[in-house]
Amino acid sequence: MLRMFLALAAGSLFGAGLMFSGMTDTTKVQGFLDIFGNWDPTLAFVMGGALLPMGLAWRLTEGRKPAAGGSFPSPPSAELDRRLALGSVLFGIGWGLVGLCPGPAMASLSYNSWQGALFLAAMACGMIAAPAVSRHLDRGAASA
Amino acid sequence: MQADWIWGLGGGLLIGLGGAVYLLGNGRIMGASGILGGLLDGSGRNTAAERIAFIAGVIGMPLLIGLLTGGTPDTHVTSNAAVLVLAGLLVGVGTRVANGCTSGHGVCGISRLSLRGIAATAVFMLAGILTLAVLRQLLGVV
Repeated sequence: MLRMFLALAAGSLFGAGLMFSGMTDTTKVQGFLDIFGNWDPTLAFVMGGALLPMGLAWRLTEGRKPAAGGSFPSPPSAELDRRLALGSVLFGIGWGLVGLCPGPAMASLSYNSWQGALFLAAMACGMIAAPAVSRHLDRGAASA
Repeated sequence: MQADWIWGLGGGLLIGLGGAVYLLGNGRIMGASGILGGLLDGSGRNTAAERIAFIAGVIGMPLLIGLLTGGTPDTHVTSNAAVLVLAGLLVGVGTRVANGCTSGHGVCGISRLSLRGIAATAVFMLAGILTLAVLRQLLGVV
């Protein structure tokens, strides 16, 4: 029950933050990526604001256990593989095309009209197809 | 318009606070694509309940704020259905193949100085910048 409540609270903060920060406005997101156009720095402030509490949270994990039990994520891997690179390229192209990434696509569902719902549905299909794409990439890597 | 960066900073703090609650409370990395994707492809079956609770908050809180304040931000999202479907598929496949998006690799990865998080964020931002440079500045289509 505590896990559910904390997840709901975290999601609520995340959703409210995305809404207030302007990150569900595709003009601002595309404006940040459009460095050769009328550049909009808002996304940098959002990222900076988010990194502060998150950086502090990582420091607080040292020598502690999660409040709702279990354990903290293991230290990050330093391995850079083709899945990370290729997946990020595909994601970046899609992100640039419309200006929505997974968080804002969900947060704006209630006010993003049919366009947001269509994007979210296509994104869900992509997520369902992704494991097959990953396996294909891994096979390619093994035979290369 | 001048206050955009203040709203950005304040909203960003809320996003980071959400990530802090998810990490310190449940011991998990707050990545939007991972939480949703794991639910959709079945890999997160054992943690489905907390994933659904998180997503309910992400979708429900903006809905609630909209109902209470009577105002929601304009999203200016394109009405080109083909572009929406193509971009949605790319974002869905890409974030899951790379195992993270702007929240997981970006906010949570960079804040713990994860090499993978920093590299992924650099790559998807560069890909996005190139997409806008070519499609908006050169071709004028998006």
